[in-house]
Amino acid sequence: MAKVTMAQALNTALRDALREDERVLVFGEDVGPLGGVFRITDGLTRDFGEQRCFDTPLAEAGIVGLAVGMAMGGFRPVVEMQFDAFAYPAFEQIASHVAKTRNRTRGRIGLPMVIRIPYAGGIGGVEHHCDSSEAYYAHTPGLKVATPATAEDAYWLLRDAVADPDPVVFLEPKKLYWSREDTDLQTREALPFGRAAIRRAGRDATLIAYGPSVPVALAAAEAAAADGIELEVVDLRTLVPFDDETVTESVRRTGRCVVVQEAQGFAGVGAEIAARVQERCFHSLAAPVLRVAGFDIPYPPPKLEHAHLPGVDRILDAVDRLQFADEPDTRHLVKGAVA
Amino acid sequence: MSVKSLRQTVQGLLPSLTPVRFVAEDGTRVARPSADYTEPPLEALLEAWRRMVLGRRFDTQATALTKQGRLAVYPSSRGQEACQIGAVLALRPDDWLFPTYRDSVALVTRGIDPVEVLTLLRGDWHCGYDPAVTRTAPQCTPLATQVLHATGMAESLRRKGEGGVAMALVGDGATSEGDFHEALNFAAVFRAPVVFFVQNNKYAISVPLARQTAAPALAYKGIGHGVRSEQVDGNDLVAVLAVLAAAVEHARAGHGPVLVEAHTYRMDAHTNADDATRYREDDEVEQWRSADPVDRLETYLRSRGALTDEDVAGLREEAEELAARVRAGMNADSVLDPLELFDHVYAEPTPQLREQRAQLAAELADTTQAQED
Ligand SMILES: Cc1ncc(C[n+]2csc(CCOP(=O)(O)OP(=O)(O)O)c2C)c(N)n1
Repeated sequence: MAKVTMAQALNTALRDALREDERVLVFGEDVGPLGGVFRITDGLTRDFGEQRCFDTPLAEAGIVGLAVGMAMGGFRPVVEMQFDAFAYPAFEQIASHVAKTRNRTRGRIGLPMVIRIPYAGGIGGVEHHCDSSEAYYAHTPGLKVATPATAEDAYWLLRDAVADPDPVVFLEPKKLYWSREDTDLQTREALPFGRAAIRRAGRDATLIAYGPSVPVALAAAEAAAADGIELEVVDLRTLVPFDDETVTESVRRTGRCVVVQEAQGFAGVGAEIAARVQERCFHSLAAPVLRVAGFDIPYPPPKLEHAHLPGVDRILDAVDRLQFADEPDTRHLVKGAVA
Repeated sequence: MSVKSLRQTVQGLLPSLTPVRFVAEDGTRVARPSADYTEPPLEALLEAWRRMVLGRRFDTQATALTKQGRLAVYPSSRGQEACQIGAVLALRPDDWLFPTYRDSVALVTRGIDPVEVLTLLRGDWHCGYDPAVTRTAPQCTPLATQVLHATGMAESLRRKGEGGVAMALVGDGATSEGDFHEALNFAAVFRAPVVFFVQNNKYAISVPLARQTAAPALAYKGIGHGVRSEQVDGNDLVAVLAVLAAAVEHARAGHGPVLVEAHTYRMDAHTNADDATRYREDDEVEQWRSADPVDRLETYLRSRGALTDEDVAGLREEAEELAARVRAGMNADSVLDPLELFDHVYAEPTPQLREQRAQLAAELADTTQAQED
């Protein structure tokens, strides 16, 4: 076992994918000699050559559109969008072509490609560098959406994404790039792509989280345990496919559920999860499903992001409200975006 | 770079001042055709003429099918046959073509079954043919997006080193889209073997060229990207074929992308649903009628003694057979399985799609049951 950061795990995943399959290509803005602004592609051009990892002109639609043509041509592109909000120029390519090519061609042409996007906040970034854009992608049929919360998952989810016959939007929580953990990337212990992980077992309520919110949910569970409340923490790992089974099974057992997301709450992924849980676990629920989300505001300036990001206290508040099942406090069902 | 070599580079990229032309509107050979291009051999021109007559007949048949409600919509390319057919004939069968919604005649010329070509417009599925087998991408509806795909494919072909080329067909309006410029830029930087073929038919739905661009010609859009460019009379098949063949060769030889603008005209409305009288004068349409690409080539070939009345009559018959085949194919009611809707979202359906498929299957069974009761 060695200490690795999520950034190192991602770099190793790209390295191993490039080594094992010569159809794999890495390209984007500054991913070549610089190694990407977050150094996720560090050393790849040096070790695999310019043919395998290269800089492109500065144009996101161009990068994704080029990847579509190259995937049609038999390659497996792994492209980097420099930051979440800078992927928007490519959105048309993603929504109209990346997502739909298999469907348009009646299954004759699939697009095995990965769009890596450093996303979400918590790093003191200026505007356009901290968006949580997962709902756009998760709402688009034909895309798979993954977001790791641990270094081990960063490695295996990315390996699985590269090997997948379908396009994957791979959302990398920036604030977790430098978090370290003890793991041996070579021996697979991670779950398969599409399965959610139970990060902490508990009997009193289920916290459902993904990506940047997983460590926050775990910290909340730790704090709750001190008060004798045992929270189960489910890490979704992939938003599409969505693992209804693990989620449903957990909530049926605990009878209570809080969905945690960093993204703005309105029409977000958390709303989808809350609805699904309600539909599937209604008779097991002792309280309404609550959401803890970011506010419905454009991502705040760095000095104010602490006010926006759901933290341990906001989660614990929601958990408190779950306890009064007979007398639900409906005044603030959702802490954060939806009042 | 010295001034001299800079001048050479610039001149190497620039299009000729007037569109390249071999055959005048009256079907006579122009006095001094461009010395940079060679006239294609007679057999190639005869084959092109055959394809043009067949293509035109296909186009009129498809237009007629919209009136009978057999096609949801049809964007005619009447008047653009020299472009669409010249493009396909300049390619090898294993080169790739990236067409738009308007390029149905190009697809028929590529040898794709006409009924499969019309699958999209009939409303059966988004693409009726196999792109991998036909080396033809699905007809693209969002403007200019496919130009990037062609560039990506060209880059793939370059890496494989088998001399393959990709060609993107694009309209004049679409040259204003960002994707078009990104594609030119990428292709030039990567020296990708791609030919960008702009069919400037003078209107983007209702918007005339003058409202689309202030450039002296769309062909000049290449130079800022370092892409060699050319303009051609798009109603002169001889010139289109000569210029595109040279462009394809340039790309195939590894010299990088080429942009070709063809000056042509869409004789019909944007689609059958459009009223072209709201934005253009009949006089203008009439003027272009005398520049008709099919008539022009026929006159030229007759003047060269390559066509007889018998040939023409024979081909007319063949064209009628094609039209009859299209009618028969389109009049047959299509058999569609709604459950297939779930089959091609992902390689393996997600659990949610399986559930939804089962739901629809149950709904369909209920409907069938209700009909039987
Ligand atoms: C991105 C996008 N915007 C708008 C449209 C709607 N639209 C369809 S065709 C068209 C005009 C295109 O004109 P042009 O590129 O000149 O091609 P033509 O139809 O004349 O062949 C427009 C605006 C579209 N298909 N895609």
